[in-house]
This record gives sequence, structure tokens and C-alpha cells, in this order.
Amino acid sequence: MMPELGKYAVTVLSAYGVTLVLLLGLTGLSWRRWRRLKAEMDRIERGRDG
Amino acid sequence: MSIWEYANPKKFIATTTPVIPWAFGGAMLCLLVGLVWGFFLTPQADRFGSTVKIIYVHVPSAMMAINAWAMMLVASLIWLIRRHHVSALAAKAAAPVGMTMTLIALFTGAVWGQPMWGTWWAWDPRLTSFLILFLFYLGYIALWEAIPDPDQAADLTSVLCLVGSVFAILSRYAVLFWNQGLHQGATLSLDAKENISDVYWFPLLVCLAGFILLFVALVLMRTGTEIRVRRLRALERQAQRALA
Repeated sequence: MMPELGKYAVTVLSAYGVTLVLLLGLTGLSWRRWRRLKAEMDRIERGRDG
Repeated sequence: MSIWEYANPKKFIATTTPVIPWAFGGAMLCLLVGLVWGFFLTPQADRFGSTVKIIYVHVPSAMMAINAWAMMLVASLIWLIRRHHVSALAAKAAAPVGMTMTLIALFTGAVWGQPMWGTWWAWDPRLTSFLILFLFYLGYIALWEAIPDPDQAADLTSVLCLVGSVFAILSRYAVLFWNQGLHQGATLSLDAKENISDVYWFPLLVCLAGFILLFVALVLMRTGTEIRVRRLRALERQAQRALA
């Protein structure tokens, strides 16, 4: 059930589309880097303890 | 218990790690509800037509663009005064988030401006101050990357943050200082008479909560990452010294 956007459909959809892409991109990149660094630190600390 | 205990990196990570999934969960829930409500269930406005729906991404991103810089300012001041590394790293972590919010505000403002004002861009006080704020974000991030010594980088970026705060304040209050711009007055106000109609206002509040929670989740996560990067570099230096 798409709302009636009339002649502004491209305007509204591009605003939402770009926002979602940027937010998801930022979240995904932040999440990937967080996981990678956490795994690396955990590995080093396990090695130091062992 | 003092707030400065959280300046200990280990304590900061231990305390914030369990908060991150909750902040992300809250953000996703609020954004899903707010954006679906705003996009699908609000009527067209007389003056704006269906472009009024852009308000649900434009206003929260613009608000967070300014507030992210305000958060960076507080963190930078804590670094300059008390020399807590976590605060400098929190400011560093917030910058890409604030820059993304500024970019979203600029883009959604431009696509909204084209049908409403007949132009993608005007050298309007609020638009111009937002563009300068975006350039400050870029400069801030570049400065962190350009200086190898982390303490020196924190010092210089903190000073840059203080200078950029002028433009963050201008971005917030430009429509009040100058009346000649194209941009309309503030959408959000504590004065109920000045606010937009309730039918648009309530989903906007939910979207605002979603953007705030997303900002909190991202900054906590990215600060944890920056703390680990710093720790890794310190361990590498230790290992190099041991080998020498």
C-alpha cells in the first residue's frame, strides 16, 4: 500500500533512499570494524593470559 | 561513585558494551515505527504536498548534525581540561556519525528545496552554515588522520572543535539571526503554538527518538573501537621495544 506521492514521488523516495543507505552503510561499517577489533584484542589478551 | 570512573577505558567498555544492543534495538524500533507512520500514515500538507514526508528524515538528521558537534565540544573540553583519553576518543568516534547526519540533512534539504523554492541550493544563512559545518566535520576527521601522535591529534582537533562550534551554533540559530533566507523557521519549538500540526508532530517525535538512540549506539560502539585501536598500537610499540 504505497501512499499517493503524486508529482513529488521521486523527490520523497530519493530522500528516504539516500538516508537509509547512508545510515545502514555507517552502521554496517562501524559494526564490522567493532567486531574485527574486538576479536583481535580478545585474541591478544588470551595469548597474554595463556 | 564518580562519573570520572568511566574515563577508565576498561570500565568504559565493560559498562557500555551491554548498553549497545539495547540502544540499537530501541533505535531500530523507533525508526521503523516513526518512518512507517510518517511515510504511510500521514496526509499530504496543503503547502508542501507529499514532500512534507521528508520532514521525518530531514529534521532529525539536521538536529543530530548539530547535537553531535555539541557532544564533541563537551568531550573536547573534558580532554583539554582533564586529559581523559576516553573523552578525546569519544569525540573522534562521534565525528563520522555527525558528518553523515549533516550530509543527510544537506541532501534531503536540497531535494526538498528544489520543488518548494525552485532551486537545489541557495546561499541562505542556514544552508550555508550547514555546509560550513559539514566542511568542519571533514577537516576534523582529516586532522585526526593526519597527525600520528594521538595526544597531539586530540589537542589540535579539540581546538578545531571549539572553532567549529561557532558554525554549529550558527546552523541552529541562523533562521533567528537573519530573516532574509529561504529556509523556514524552526520546526521544533517548546512553544506548542509554533509547532507543526499534531498529525505530523507525533511521528516526528518517534523519529527523533530513533535518531538519538542510533547516535548513542554508534558513538558507544565506535568509542569502544577507538579505545581498542589505541590499546593495540600501545601493545605493538611495547613489542617493538622488547625486540629492539
